[in-house]
This record gives sequence, structure tokens and C-alpha cells, in this order.
Amino acid sequence: MSLFEVLQSLISDYTIRTVALGSATLGIVSGALGAFAVLRRQSLLGDAISHTALPGVALAFLLTGSRLPLTLMIGAGIAGWIGTLAVMAIVRRSRIKQDSALGMVLAVFFGIGLVLMTYVQRTPDAGKAGLDKFLFGQASTLMTRDVWTMGSIAGVALIVLFLFWKEFKLLAFDQEFGTSMGFPMRIIDILLTTLLVAAIIVGLQTVGVVLMSAMVVAPAAAARQWTDRLGLMVVLSALFGALAGVSGAVLSSLTDRLPTGPTIVLCISAVVLLSFLFAPNRGLVYNWLHGFRKRRNLAMDSVLLDLLELADQHGSRRHPHSPDALRSMSGNPLAVDKTLAELHQLGWVVRTEPGLWRLTAEGELQANRRLQELEVTR
Amino acid sequence: MNNAQIEIQLIAVIVAAACAIPGVFLVLRRMALLSDAISHAILLGIVLAFFVVQDLTSPFLIIAAAATGLLTVYLVEMLNRSKLVREDAAIGLVFPVLFSIGVILISRFAGDVHLDIDAVLLGELAFAPFSRFEIAGTDLGPRALWLMGGILIINLTLIIVFFKELKLVSFDPGLASALGVSPVAIHYLLMSQVSVTAVGAFDAVGSVLVVALMIAPPATAYLLTDSLPRMIVYSVLIGMAGALSGYWVAHSLDVSIAGCMAGMSGVLFAVAFALAPRRGLLAQALRRRRQKWEFAIAMLVIHLFTHEDLPEAESECRVDHLTEHLAWSESFARQVVERTVDSDSAVLEGPLLRLTDSGRAMAREAIVSWAPQG
Repeated sequence: MSLFEVLQSLISDYTIRTVALGSATLGIVSGALGAFAVLRRQSLLGDAISHTALPGVALAFLLTGSRLPLTLMIGAGIAGWIGTLAVMAIVRRSRIKQDSALGMVLAVFFGIGLVLMTYVQRTPDAGKAGLDKFLFGQASTLMTRDVWTMGSIAGVALIVLFLFWKEFKLLAFDQEFGTSMGFPMRIIDILLTTLLVAAIIVGLQTVGVVLMSAMVVAPAAAARQWTDRLGLMVVLSALFGALAGVSGAVLSSLTDRLPTGPTIVLCISAVVLLSFLFAPNRGLVYNWLHGFRKRRNLAMDSVLLDLLELADQHGSRRHPHSPDALRSMSGNPLAVDKTLAELHQLGWVVRTEPGLWRLTAEGELQANRRLQELEVTR
Repeated sequence: MNNAQIEIQLIAVIVAAACAIPGVFLVLRRMALLSDAISHAILLGIVLAFFVVQDLTSPFLIIAAAATGLLTVYLVEMLNRSKLVREDAAIGLVFPVLFSIGVILISRFAGDVHLDIDAVLLGELAFAPFSRFEIAGTDLGPRALWLMGGILIINLTLIIVFFKELKLVSFDPGLASALGVSPVAIHYLLMSQVSVTAVGAFDAVGSVLVVALMIAPPATAYLLTDSLPRMIVYSVLIGMAGALSGYWVAHSLDVSIAGCMAGMSGVLFAVAFALAPRRGLLAQALRRRRQKWEFAIAMLVIHLFTHEDLPEAESECRVDHLTEHLAWSESFARQVVERTVDSDSAVLEGPLLRLTDSGRAMAREAIVSWAPQG
């Protein structure tokens, strides 16, 4: 299928359109709230919340007998919220650290969820009740009704995020200052965590409980590389989330036996990898180029200054010198020839006869300028 | 109990014990979530090795999976060192990728074999006795029993041999490297243990519940003791108790055994969290209550001590003055007076309180111990 056909089916095909809308919604809301989780070093809270949602889903089905996404999402949300509070309580009231508390709550709740799932599967009218798709997600089962539900929850979450923007920013960057200003930081903390719970349950049906955490961490980690501003980071993160969500979900519903959650995760991971490599100021390639340029400038400066020094020793600016002399003065003798060629290109040095070099007038000017700079910094 | 039931319980107990041992150090070193990352990521190793050797029982699978576990740890550290993201995000980025590739490979190419996704995530302890370990046609028992037994023995041996080094690196990595114990080497030793244990336990309990068995019992033990050897022993015992009780709960409800084992380890933790001597919620509440009264009585005797034998004693040392001077409610003041009199620190003479000798000694001591040092 060509790219054009995919784009066409995005608009015309009902299933594809629904899948794309749903996954865009989940990408936006998990990306936006994930930004805060990553900044607050709570990346793995998402992992815990999504796993603890499982018993909620199963219980909601057991209690109501309904498979409506809204019912299951409410169950998931309550369970995820209880799990989070349990983590907070364990950390606050005992010497167990955050990592152990998260790991334990995550695995224990998930275990209880599995117990409930095996129990559900034995009840006569359940069959598999479509609950297993919550493990790895299945975008192709999304219906318009589900997208409406997801969109409403996501919309409310984003509006609250917008309304309490200042408070959440304070929480992310300087909690103590917030407390001293009289803000109820604990309540703000719980509110933000509640929004994260909401963001995660929005994605459960599409991405699944096991991998939903990646949708919280990855878009934000990618966005962080491109900017130092919170507002821009949240927007970029939402954008990356939506991009990966839509491409992954559409890819998986067009391909046979390609589970949605893992596909979305690979898409967003590709975005992360690109960001790690190419983001300006922080990316690895950028840093490599930056370092390369720095090393080159340093080499050029040192050869220029060496030539000036030699000229001074000989009392004449016109006196040419061999690269051997320069090599013996240089910290990196192997690079001297290359550096001379580069300086030659700039017109700062000139070859008077084969194998001998001297500064040009421009080169002398530049060398003196470097010298002055060095003296100033000294 | 029939034979299979006994075998399942044996396997469960051994898995729990084998997981709890490296778990102790994960909890102490605040690396609990690396076990989550490793246990997910090893799936990729298992799948890739399976494609090569086409045999689920090959030891090659264990080696490949353990290598993937170490690769995960290495990638997390590399990301962390690059300063692009912090450690928590690094963990959250690495394992979903490896796990996703594993899941996609399974569903694309290995759909028909025993390696299905449910088994990966959940494991199925009930089937463990079906896979036998045979030599020359003689049945020596379930394969899982031998495998996990071997891993348990390796874990125990390593812990005993490297006990001093593990202890040092866990509590004071700086001192460890100063003394010539490489924290990096010990770290990778521990991570290899976690990886191998996770691979072995994978079949039986699945990737997520390995985490429960590794973290919950040591966390529970951490609430019960301050001694490392005791913490290890308690962890193993608590893990075993969770495994056995989990098995019987699962048996009576006819639900997932591994899930119940995880659930019961959670329950055991909750009990310790609430009731542990010294560190439990109840002990904390009782201690706070006791401290409240001790503090109030000390306040009262200090107040009496500073005013006794002075002209204003008549007005200051009256019971009804306490509400004003110490800002106590009337009923609270009455109770404090009662407790003070009961403890023979003061006697009531009409409306006036008078210190006894022991009360005076207590006041002096309290003043000295609360005075700013230096």
C-alpha cells in the first residue's frame, strides 16, 4: 500500500480513521502529562499505574458485567489511583524507597489482576470478555464510541493541566519554594498524579497495560532534547506522542499479526533515537560536530601562534618555516599538515617555496588577535 | 496431595527463594526497577535464541536471555552516562523497546509454538510438572525443579562467597573502591544473577511476577530487621511463605498460581507494613502517642521546676493555670496532671502541684538533655 493510499484511507476508511483519532488522542494526552513525569524523575510511575490498572479492569467487569470502555476505564482509573497512593504511603510511612515501592506495587497489583482475569475467564458468559486485549492493546477494536470516551477524558485532563499550569510548573521545578509560598503542594501533587492516571487509562485499550509506560516516558524524553522551555516541551511531547501513536496504530491495523502496543512503542522509540542523535545543543551528533569544530579551531590557533612565535624569534615576519619545526612545537604533530592546508585555504598562511610556510598579513593579524585574547583571559 | 501438587509447591518454593536472594541487594541498592527492566527484556533473548536453536529446553536460551539482561543494564547505564536523560527515564526507555521487539517477533513468526505471549507474561506453574528432566530414559523429576534448584544453589554460593564485597558495595561504594573492591564488577555480578534467575523463573511465573518475587519479600524483610544476614534469611522465608500460601489460595479458587503468589507476597508485605515491631504503622502510632504524653509530662515538670520556691509559685503552679501557660485544653491538662501524679513526679495539694524528688530529677535531666548542645 502506498503512502498516498494510507493517507487516503485515513480520511475515508472508517476503521482507520477511528484508530488514528483514538491513538492521536492517547498520544497527545500521555505525551503532555509524561513531560511532567519525566521532569519530576517519576518516569516509572507510569509503569506502575498502568500495571495496577489491570485488577481494576477485571473487577469493573466482574462487578458490573459490562464491557463498556467507560466502565472498564473507571475501574482502571480507580485501581491505578489506589496503586499510586499505596506507593506514596509506603514511601512516606516506611523506610522502603521509591523504586522498591513502585516495583512491588506494580507486580503485586498485576498479579492480583491476573488472578481476577483467570477468574473472569471461568465465568460462564464471559468467554475471554475482550479483557486480554488490555494487556497488549488492540487498536483495531476501537469504535467511535470509545474514541468519544477517550477524547472526553483526555480533554478534561488537558483543561485541568492548562488551568493549574503555574502550580504544576512549580511542583516540577521547585517544590520547596511552592510550599514556602503557601501552595498546598501535596494536593497539587495528587492532582497531577490523578491527571497522569487519566492519561494512562485513555491509552490502555490501544497500547495495553504492559507498554503504556513507554508512551509516558518516550515522547517526553524525546521532547526534552529539543528545548529547555516547559511549554514547548509539553507541546512537542504531545506532538511526538500523537505522531507515534497514529503511525503505530495504523501500521498495526493494516498489517496482519502486528500487535498495536509494541508497534507504537517502536515508532516512538525511533523518534527518541532521532532526537538523541540530532537534537541541537544536546544531541550526540551535534555534540560530536561541535567537539570536532572546537578541536579544529584549537589546532588552527596553535599553528598560527607557533608561526608568529617563530617569526618573532627570527626577527622577520617574512621568514618561512618548515612543518617539521611546527610539528616539534605542536601538541598534536600529526595534524599540522592538515591544519596548514586549512589555514592556507583561509588565506592566513602562504607557501613561499616547497615545504616552507609563513604568515600572510591577514594571518599575522589573526595571530595577534588570538594572542591578545589569550592575554585577556590570563 | 498428589505427586504433581507436591512438585508444583516444591518448584514454587524454590523459585521464590532463588528470587529473594538477589532481590535483597536490589532493594538495598535502590535498583528494584532494574529487575523489572531485565525481566521484560530477556524475552527478546529467549525469542532470538529460540529462532536459532528451535528448542525451548536448550541451555543456549538461558545464556542468550541472560546476555540480553546484561545488555539492558549496560544500555541503561550508557544512556544515563550520556546525560541525555536521567536514570529512571533511561530504564523506562530501554526495556519497552527490547520487549516490544520480542513480542512482535513472537506474534509474527512463532505464533504456533508454545512461546505465546500469555505464557511469557503470566507463566504457568501448573504445567511445570509436565516438562520432565530425563537422563537415559530415567525420569528425574520436573525440569523446572532442576533448573531453579541449580540457580538457587548458584545464588546461595555467590552470596556466601562474595558476601563481604556485596555488603560493602551496597552500603558504601566509595569505601569499597578505596579498598580495592570494584563496585562495577560486583554490580555486574549481581545483575547477571538477576538475569539468570529471571530467565529461570520466567517459565514458571512469567516476566512481571518475577518482579514481585524479587522485590516484595526483601522489602518486607527490610521492615523487620537491620541486619543483612537476617534480612536475607527472612526474605527467603517470607518468599517461601508467600509461594506456599499463594499456591493454596490459587488451588481453592482455581485461578492463576503465579498471580496468587504475587498477591500473597503483597499481603505479607501489607501485614508487615501495618504490624512490624518498631517500623510498622501500628508501632509508629503507639510510639507517637507515648512520646506525646512523655513530652507533656516533661513540659509540666519543667514548668513546676522553674517556678517552685519562687514568689509566683502560688499562681504559676496551680492546675487551672496550665491551660493558660502551656496552651493546653482543659481536659488535656487534667490528663497530663493525672499521669504526672500517677508516675510519682508530682503531688497534688489542693489546687497546687508540688514536685516530688523524682520529679525534680526528671526536670533537671530533661532540661540538660534538651538544652542546645555546645
